[in-house]
Amino acid sequence: MPDRREFLLSGLAVVLAGHPGIQDSLPDAGPAGKLWDPARAGPSIPPTTAGDNDAAIQAIEKRLKCTCGCGLDVYTCRTTDFTCPVSPGLHRKVMAMAGAGMSAEQIVADFVRENGVAMLMAPPARGFNLTAYLLPGIAILGTGAALVFAILRWTRRNRPADATAVAPSAAPATAAELDQLRSELERIDA
Amino acid sequence: MTLLGGLALWVACLLGVWGALTGLLGAARGRADLIASSRHAVFALCGTLLVAVLALQVALFRHDFNVEYVAAYSSRNMPTFYTWSALYAGQKGSLLFWAAVLSVFAAIAQVVTAPRHRIYLPYVGAVTSIVATFFVVVMLFGGANPFERLPYTPLDGRGLNPQLQNPGMVFHPPMLYLGYISITIPFAFAMAALLSRRLDVDWLVAIRKWTLLSWLFLSVGICLGMWWAYVELGWGGYWAWDPVENASFLPWLTMTAFLHSVMVQEKRGMLKKWNLLLIIGSWLLSIFGTFLTRSGVISSVHSFTQSNIGYFFLGFLVISATLSFWLYSRRLPELTAESTLESIVSREASFLFNNLLLVGIAFSVLLGTLFPILSELVTGTKVTMGPPAFNRVNIPLGLALLLLTGIGPLIAWRRSSLPNLRRQFAVPVTSGVLALLILLVAGMRDPSPIVAIGLGAFVSATVVQEFVRGVAARHRQYSEGWWLAFGRLIARNRRRYGGYIVHLGIVILFIAFAGMAFKTETEATLRPGESATLKSPYGWTYTFTHLGVSQYDALNRQVTAATVDVTRDGRRVGRLTTEKRQHVDSRGQPTFQPSTEVGIRSDLREDLYIVLAGVVNGTEQAVYRFTINPLVWWVWYGGLIVALGGLIVMWPGGGAPAVRRAQAGYAVKLVAKDAG
Repeated sequence: MPDRREFLLSGLAVVLAGHPGIQDSLPDAGPAGKLWDPARAGPSIPPTTAGDNDAAIQAIEKRLKCTCGCGLDVYTCRTTDFTCPVSPGLHRKVMAMAGAGMSAEQIVADFVRENGVAMLMAPPARGFNLTAYLLPGIAILGTGAALVFAILRWTRRNRPADATAVAPSAAPATAAELDQLRSELERIDA
Repeated sequence: MTLLGGLALWVACLLGVWGALTGLLGAARGRADLIASSRHAVFALCGTLLVAVLALQVALFRHDFNVEYVAAYSSRNMPTFYTWSALYAGQKGSLLFWAAVLSVFAAIAQVVTAPRHRIYLPYVGAVTSIVATFFVVVMLFGGANPFERLPYTPLDGRGLNPQLQNPGMVFHPPMLYLGYISITIPFAFAMAALLSRRLDVDWLVAIRKWTLLSWLFLSVGICLGMWWAYVELGWGGYWAWDPVENASFLPWLTMTAFLHSVMVQEKRGMLKKWNLLLIIGSWLLSIFGTFLTRSGVISSVHSFTQSNIGYFFLGFLVISATLSFWLYSRRLPELTAESTLESIVSREASFLFNNLLLVGIAFSVLLGTLFPILSELVTGTKVTMGPPAFNRVNIPLGLALLLLTGIGPLIAWRRSSLPNLRRQFAVPVTSGVLALLILLVAGMRDPSPIVAIGLGAFVSATVVQEFVRGVAARHRQYSEGWWLAFGRLIARNRRRYGGYIVHLGIVILFIAFAGMAFKTETEATLRPGESATLKSPYGWTYTFTHLGVSQYDALNRQVTAATVDVTRDGRRVGRLTTEKRQHVDSRGQPTFQPSTEVGIRSDLREDLYIVLAGVVNGTEQAVYRFTINPLVWWVWYGGLIVALGGLIVMWPGGGAPAVRRAQAGYAVKLVAKDAG
């Protein structure tokens, strides 16, 4: 429950808000006024520009890592963490480079030259980095091929045994076999 | 109460050591008195750690800010709901939670284990006591005691990080913890089997429910984590291949592999060595995940504060791995298969390839997670492994796995004949090819989503075919109505048909993931009354009209809310609000940076996802990011279906013994032997 002082102050605020001396901060733009406490809304954000929605700029920014320590790419960081002091600057730099006629590859290369290869969200597929890209696939394919080879060998080796194993199956089971079977069935039934 | 809590930790430490020693000695020497003492120690350890948890929870609710942990993770004006979750929001509290939950699981294992598996229990008690004691030791000697006091008493606490003040964070961490922690029980049984040299199928039967439980908790925990990331973090996605996300995914992959390969051991007596390796590996990965989260060795948005307890975990991981693999290697001669594969075209072989892919993906994720460190060690250059790098490697592997999800159930055990294969594959393959053609004709050209949806159709047709044939057979044989036959089919064969439902959930997840390839977004700065438009992948045009910004106070935060009216092709669809929140303590002092609350409108086709980036110069002119995310709801539905399938598989019972025999593949043998 607000106390009397808070109640009176809020009433005063309502009266002042309706006072003609209070100017709309954005004239001719409808009922847009100053916020009661702008600090609560976080840092002021500059209005969106055409470059912010440029797919080519976004594609470049998605390849570059923000250096604020968040681990996100520049585009995701600047459109998610609105308190980040770094990503808006990187975005402006990308736009400036693109505006100066640099290609996407030139812009990315420039950032890598300045900040190192860790600036890239995915390391280039060369040298030791190939380990990360190719090793899992090679390991799976290699093991898969070895498995296929081994299974084919087992099955070839077991085929004659199978053929002979068919005949005794019609013969009566031994007491030991039946005991083993019963014990296994009990275990399954439990 | 905190004195009691601190004392409880010391007593727990002693009880853990006692339980471990008596369990190992009692089992090794066959001494019933020591075995009984170990069992009692397990229960006492559980009681003591629950007292410690209660003590910390009481301190949190009493706002005892002299306790460092309480001051760091709670405040007077924090909602009660989140005061509960503050228990595991910080490093120290989560360690206590880990140890306490493990001790509860250990006690439950002692109680619910069937009499014929009791032979393992002394070892199980010893192993669980060792693991629980490790966590208590970290708290007592690693500078992570949650009952540590401050030299002064702050007037109010800092409160929970705003991003953790979300219902998803109340349920997501405990679910993941329950998944991680419950893997310890199968691991303890595996160790017990190795130590006692009872390596037949008995230990697998004893852990069947535990492995499913771990897998289910991990699945639900991962899905809840995705949901939390989506609704709270504001970047418009749900999976970013963050090291901590990967840490939860790794044991899930190996547990999934185990749940498949264990069937081969149960039915054919094969893959004994492999199954033991999977259980040991899954548990080590769960500890590795904990190490990753708490050591600060890899930067992650989820990490706890960097501290020296990472060394404790690394040491424990190395010692556990060394001892486990040493014991495993000593028992290898006793782990011979009872039969061999009869054909490459068999269910057993398909499970082998499914395991290969699951473990291969786990390896790929592990390699990717550790690659920045490896690269720095080998080349001296640090690299970043972001989502593009992970997607490049794992999307093809994931699609191959999806293909095997469809192939496996279509192949018979032991061997499949060509006519049988033709009969089994005809409908699913036709469905998959038809889906592919429809997508291509519709103009889709992005290869990954096309393949994902085509394979999804193939796997779905597999599942539907299995259900249709099963229901039709019951309908014919027992003259049951279709729905009754459907219900009984599942009820009598829970493991098989529950598994198919899980497969269906996985298909839905894959298709939902594919949907994100078509997301569209735009940024716009709008004055009240102004609009921005965005085209959806379905061809609709959404118009977002900024209505204004309002500010108000809530319980523990100051809110700046921006409201947007939304129309689709001129027809109004609703109003969305997105917020900036400045969290404050009970004295009105800001506690964290302002955070963003996303406005989301979901339907089955797509999500409207609106983020208030901020305002221009303190006015109502607002900067927004508007995103349209297709098929996101299907991620949550898919997760629910996976959980439902898991529950069906886990549900006790499962039909008459004859049915279970048939499921276990013994029916034919029985007939053959009895006929003889």
